[in-house]
Amino acid sequence: MWQAFREDVADQGVEIVTVALETTGAEACRQFIEAANPAHPSLIDQYHKSAELFGFVNIPNAVWIDEDGMIVRPSEPAPAPPSMKADRPNIFADLVPPQRLLDIMGEAVKIRSNPAAYEAALRDWFTNGSQSQFAMTPDEVVNRSQPRSADEARGQANFELAAHFEANGDHDAAIPYYREAHRLTPENFSYRRQAWSLEPNELDGPVARFWQGPAVGAEDAWPYEGDWLSDVKAMGAENYYPEFKAEQA
Amino acid sequence: MILDSLDVSQDAFETGTGWEIKPEGACKGDVCIPLPSPPEAGRVDVESIADQMGLPLVGDPERSVWALGPESVGARTLLSAQAPELRLPDLNGNQFTLSSLRGSKVVMVAWSPY
Repeated sequence: MWQAFREDVADQGVEIVTVALETTGAEACRQFIEAANPAHPSLIDQYHKSAELFGFVNIPNAVWIDEDGMIVRPSEPAPAPPSMKADRPNIFADLVPPQRLLDIMGEAVKIRSNPAAYEAALRDWFTNGSQSQFAMTPDEVVNRSQPRSADEARGQANFELAAHFEANGDHDAAIPYYREAHRLTPENFSYRRQAWSLEPNELDGPVARFWQGPAVGAEDAWPYEGDWLSDVKAMGAENYYPEFKAEQA
Repeated sequence: MILDSLDVSQDAFETGTGWEIKPEGACKGDVCIPLPSPPEAGRVDVESIADQMGLPLVGDPERSVWALGPESVGARTLLSAQAPELRLPDLNGNQFTLSSLRGSKVVMVAWSPY
């Protein structure tokens, strides 16, 4: 969808950059990127470096950067533009969903998101630049960027070490560092989704990455404190993404 | 920043962390952290500088590998609104540099296959 959106706004001096946060690297992303066939830069971020630098804490998140390299909106949820056609392969086609996936879908529909408002804001910025009500001042950008305590910084270092072991094919060495990263960064959901999605379950292929919890009958082998379904139920699916706000309250 | 040694060149430290060693300390944009024991002769003692700057250093000594994490001095991810440099490969391994898009508005979107 970002590819179609890019074509639609290409004459407005805008570029889209997509970044795949994936510790196992490019191959897990290939099917999706080739289906979208983007003309824009489509990058692989094995160490979640962009997340550390810009504050991505869930997926999809985005930042806006102006012509001078100044961030004008810090990281926030970024639903794909709804006016554009979908270009993701439907990996759920032909699958009779097991109960856990049905339960996940049941929670996912409760997640709050306002793709139309987000697309309208993007188009307003493309047209009006710094005069757009959605473009923030440098101080607002810094103040609204993700909090980072000393614990969260340490959590990011732990995650980087986990990613290093994953990148080198040593998944078992990565697990304790994923766990410590989760403990130290309670607000970060992409660190959780990444680790959960790498554990085995009864599904195969790309769809298995969305299970994100213990395999049925192997609950004791699950190496993490939480899982997608339990955590989202506990937090309330409506709190999964913060609400899109034009300006600092 | 991933390290296989706790003694690194100043260049490697600066590229890896985004912090530049200057007479006034370690600096990123307008923010400088004073260094009472600055690096000497182009070498950085990572344990010492991490301690002086408040950077987390997480090690797996058994495997001789460490991760030096980011600063928390501003209590926020961004110290300034200037976009940090980002270098990443595409699907085919071609390196891309974010600053190559100066002159365009950029929407950078993070996604994942999970």
